[in-house]
Amino acid sequence: MTTLTDARVGVITFPGTLDDRDAARAVRLAGGTAVPLWHADADLHDVDAVVLPGGFSYGDYLRAGAISRFAPVMESLVDAAQGGLPVLGICNGFQILTEAHLLPGSMIKNDHLAFVCREQTLTVENTGTAWTRDFEDGEEITIPLKNQDGQFVADERTLDELEGEGRVVFRYSGWNPNGSRRGIAGISNEAGNVVGLMPHPEHAVEKGFGTAGDAGPRAGTDGLKFFTSVLSTLVHA
Amino acid sequence: MGRVVVDVMPKPEILDPQGKAVAGALPRLGLDQFVSVRQGKRFELEVEGDVTPEVLAAAREAAERVLSNPIIEDVVNVVDAAAEVSQA
Repeated sequence: MTTLTDARVGVITFPGTLDDRDAARAVRLAGGTAVPLWHADADLHDVDAVVLPGGFSYGDYLRAGAISRFAPVMESLVDAAQGGLPVLGICNGFQILTEAHLLPGSMIKNDHLAFVCREQTLTVENTGTAWTRDFEDGEEITIPLKNQDGQFVADERTLDELEGEGRVVFRYSGWNPNGSRRGIAGISNEAGNVVGLMPHPEHAVEKGFGTAGDAGPRAGTDGLKFFTSVLSTLVHA
Repeated sequence: MGRVVVDVMPKPEILDPQGKAVAGALPRLGLDQFVSVRQGKRFELEVEGDVTPEVLAAAREAAERVLSNPIIEDVVNVVDAAAEVSQA
């Protein structure tokens, strides 16, 4: 792959997905080509990376992400992810990745039981993944967070493993907004090609529509680096 | 028409925020003897005909693979509804 626009990033839409268009837009703003993928179509259409966007797929019935996991597209995605395809799960997409066992742990209701919607600061703790190579180690970023079932849980052994292997990619900074174990906001698989997080990078990719910060209100575009990261991962592959 | 009941509960070591909220509400009704509440899920799976051992085995598979997430939940009961004794 020689140019960014050659990089085709698939964005999966499930029934109840909300943020697929924002995710596709983020891919385009980063310089790549967004390819819509449909939950009922097992074909990944030769994409080079995939985003599972946020929302409430299948109404979050049963458990968040539980029913989406059995969608036809997921079987192809699990195989491709195990083969190294970069995959990013955002919010509901993260929940789907845990239900599909591509990432460990699970999400339960926020400890305070309320829906939380805020601009959240995170620390980037691993810049070696396919989706974080454009960040600095320890960089603090601010992106929107909005969820009801955002409390990341896993047993102590799994948590120790994640910490020991540097697979805690993002940690909540300043405030733990949902009671997540050890303040974990996002994790990766062992290979670093699959990353999931609860906050929403795709909502902070363009000046005028981003988060508040030193550059002014809605000027924050910290989320864009997720998408430029994967594009440079692909171009340099 | 046969019916299998599947009960799923949050694992004991997993904090159950919903149960905790319910526990907090009970004393307001004067029901102050309950020291904790845990909230789970009950599924009723209907089949044509009787609940055979094969039906129960299929229900157990559904319970393990779909109805529960073993990371946060335990399947505590998979039983023929006809054999279930009501305590209410």
